[in-house]
Amino acid sequence: MSQTAPVPAIVLDKVNKWFGSLHVLHDVSLTVAERERVVVCGPSGSGKSTMIRCINRLESHQEGRIVVDGVELTDDLRALDIIRREVGMVFQSFNLFPHLTVLENCTLAPIWVRKTPRAEAEEQAMEYLRRVKIPEQARKYPGQLSGGQQQRVAIARALCMKPKIMLFDEPTSALDPEMIKEVLDTMIELAESGMTMVCVTHEMGFARQVADRVVFMDQGEIVESNTPRAMFENPQTDRLKLFLSQILRGH
Amino acid sequence: MTPGTVRQRPVETVLGPVAWLRANLFNSWWSSAVSILLLYAILRWGVGIADWAIFDAVWAVPVGPNGPDSSLCRQAGAGACWAVIGDKYRLILFGRYAYQEQWRPAIVILLFIGLYGISAWRRFWRWELALIWLGTLTVCGVLMWGGVFGLQYVAQEEWGGLPITLMLATFGLALAFPLAVVVALGRRSTGMPVVRWLCVLYIELIRGVPLISLLFMASVMFPLFMPEGMNPDKLLRAQAAYVLFAGAYLAEVVRGGLQALSRGQYEAADALGLSYWKKMGLVILPQALRLVIPPLVNTFSSNFKDTSLVLIIGIFDLLTSGKVAMADPRWLGFGTEIYVVLAAVYFVFCFAMSKYSRGLEREFSHSHTR
Repeated sequence: MSQTAPVPAIVLDKVNKWFGSLHVLHDVSLTVAERERVVVCGPSGSGKSTMIRCINRLESHQEGRIVVDGVELTDDLRALDIIRREVGMVFQSFNLFPHLTVLENCTLAPIWVRKTPRAEAEEQAMEYLRRVKIPEQARKYPGQLSGGQQQRVAIARALCMKPKIMLFDEPTSALDPEMIKEVLDTMIELAESGMTMVCVTHEMGFARQVADRVVFMDQGEIVESNTPRAMFENPQTDRLKLFLSQILRGH
Repeated sequence: MTPGTVRQRPVETVLGPVAWLRANLFNSWWSSAVSILLLYAILRWGVGIADWAIFDAVWAVPVGPNGPDSSLCRQAGAGACWAVIGDKYRLILFGRYAYQEQWRPAIVILLFIGLYGISAWRRFWRWELALIWLGTLTVCGVLMWGGVFGLQYVAQEEWGGLPITLMLATFGLALAFPLAVVVALGRRSTGMPVVRWLCVLYIELIRGVPLISLLFMASVMFPLFMPEGMNPDKLLRAQAAYVLFAGAYLAEVVRGGLQALSRGQYEAADALGLSYWKKMGLVILPQALRLVIPPLVNTFSSNFKDTSLVLIIGIFDLLTSGKVAMADPRWLGFGTEIYVVLAAVYFVFCFAMSKYSRGLEREFSHSHTR
């Protein structure tokens, strides 16, 4: 891709979604450029997790278009396979596979989806485990690790697929306070390496440090979208002001 | 508690059998009374059993010109008449199989047991195991039927006893289990309502009907609907009915395991780009099946014993051949001894199964503490 006319990594165009009669995404439009880091924040129930889960179709949208890496998400399973291969996801509850070792967790998808030879996949997995600073845990099972370590394994597992885009769905919300930092440090390092990232989080420090843009959602809509500095120092809407006052009081 | 850490015991605890008795059986006058009563009952009963089964038992009887003479067993004060087993064990084990050729079903029994042994070993859990199964079962078929390699041909109607029971159970469960997994997955599929509907129909139909009526249908009604000359043999039909029956129950057990997994496991596999079958085969089923080992083995062992119901449609399994042995006029009245032995055979197989499953559970819980 040429530097002069970058193709956006993710395009959401007037996306609508309902859970039954509940309108959870309301005309959501968002464009994420390649190598851009976007933090999505908002009160719980604002639709931010649903939106990020629509990007790799863990949830399907009912109206509008979602184009990821130039491929439109439809009911076509082949397109979905391509997109899921290129989009990594990290979950709030880690979702490591408890019956596999850390190393096997990391090599499963490369071996079975990318058809990487086992030896190469393991070498690569060790490389990523070193990057998230837990190569010594490779032979252990997820249940033997702390929450922070598990989440770092989950990040490594997603990276092993060499994705172009990484999605983070509240990656630190299930962690004890003393473990949040180690996960955030890993994510900051990843951001600095130039990965395209969309991250749902309440960690405003993280947003300030690495985000190119912060998107504020409320009641299924994108209310504001701006640089972190502008967002935090000069909120335009009452809803964002209220939200900021609520989360900053806790910090 | 992690292994290796020693928990300190409370200081007052006194160790030793006497202290244990005091703490557990005689800690109040009420519990002492119950303990004494129960001990008395157990002793009385145990002594009675031992007298009957061992001390007063008749182990052998003289063989007269008209065959064995059971009058020794009929004397007053005689206990169990194990001589009937000595006389009839080949009929019980092999049914009406040609007497001179009974070494063949004997080897088949050993082959089956060997097959279980190898399959139980996790080291052999590779695809080559399927070849071993195929090879062993072929050898079993050759041995049972004969007609090749200079073996005398023995028609399937003449087979009987333990090989039939093991065959029904082995083929039955080996085929019912994969069927059950597919049906359980089908019942949970969201994208294919017709498939789900068919799976529900199958499970509910089979579960709503007793095995005996299924066996009757297979043996009596099924031939009526088949065109002339197209009539698979009775054992095969019973086997098919048994597979369908076991499959429905196992499917529900497997479904329980699938439901016990968190949605996150499915989503993580999806997010990594695993296809449906890879997701199921590599992530979901390995976890789901481990979770349901206890109910799975429950169903396995109850199905193993249910093979004895083929007695109803006249297939010569272990129980049927035992019944035939009891009907011998010379040994009339010694059914108890034969039933005890039959029960022991069923027990050995079921106990081995549950023992093995507990070992598996332990092994799996070692590999990952949740």
